[in-house]
Amino acid sequence: MPADSNLTMTCEAVAELLPEVVDGAIPAPTAVTRHVETCLRCQAELVQYRKVLRALHQLRTEVLEPAPGLFTDILTSLEGAGERRAIRSLLRQRRAAYVGAIAGATAAAGAAGIIVLASRARHRKLRLAG
Amino acid sequence: MPLDQAELVAAAKDGDREAFDELVRQTYADAFTLAYRLTRNEEDARDVVQEAYLRAYRGLGRFRADARFSTWMYRIVANCASTALSRRSRSRHDDLPDDAPVADDRPEADPEMMAEATILRDRVDEALAHLPARLRAVVVLRDVYDLPHEAIAAELGISEAAAKVRLHRARRRLREQLFPMRGEEAARAG
Repeated sequence: MPADSNLTMTCEAVAELLPEVVDGAIPAPTAVTRHVETCLRCQAELVQYRKVLRALHQLRTEVLEPAPGLFTDILTSLEGAGERRAIRSLLRQRRAAYVGAIAGATAAAGAAGIIVLASRARHRKLRLAG
Repeated sequence: MPLDQAELVAAAKDGDREAFDELVRQTYADAFTLAYRLTRNEEDARDVVQEAYLRAYRGLGRFRADARFSTWMYRIVANCASTALSRRSRSRHDDLPDDAPVADDRPEADPEMMAEATILRDRVDEALAHLPARLRAVVVLRDVYDLPHEAIAAELGISEAAAKVRLHRARRRLREQLFPMRGEEAARAG
């Protein structure tokens, strides 16, 4: 085999790299480019990869027709989620109100207790003084 | 009501339910197409799309205004489809392992004819159906929907390196299926 530049890489090694470099996202190493330039078999394989890639890109323009009713089903499930959220929010508000009421009642009871105790202490002092 | 997606998103973020419904109307066929391409099952695709819009609705507050709504939806659909496929693979074992050879059941297929773009596109679609779901997901998201590796990895719950390896394998498998060369393989091996 002649020792020219296209033999610095084997077809097997180039074939391994073609799927990675075909979209141009990663620049092909110079050795690969050189090999492909002079190797018909690898050129053919690269063309095949490009065709596959082009066909994949074309699929993007194709939009499938969903079975009837999907749009309504989506809206219904969103509706359900919205209602559940509203109910949860209502329950949260009620819970907050309930906790607030209990806290208020507890505070009021505490304050009343303090007043009663203070009043009793004052009466006791007056009796002792009298 | 605004029809521009950016305006609809802004209105939906402000709590306008009708604006979100309009966004769904504009994008659901596209979302279904992606879901179907990933799951290859109509029932699963419908479930995935419904779940995706629920997640989108709940997470709309986190959507960045500089992003495209459709791209954001692709990511959510990909994530939901990935979850659905994992669930399915636990209950059914109909996927081929990554390296299992896929038989070409069309020996009469003429490689010259495949050069025709339309025919090739249909055959690519068919070949995608034969790919294992984990390879298919990556190649569809990258080469059809143009999502970056980083986004693909995030939505599929894999590393970027794994996403790149899967893409490499998927492209090679597609090429081998669509252009079944050949005594060359033997020559290369020898």
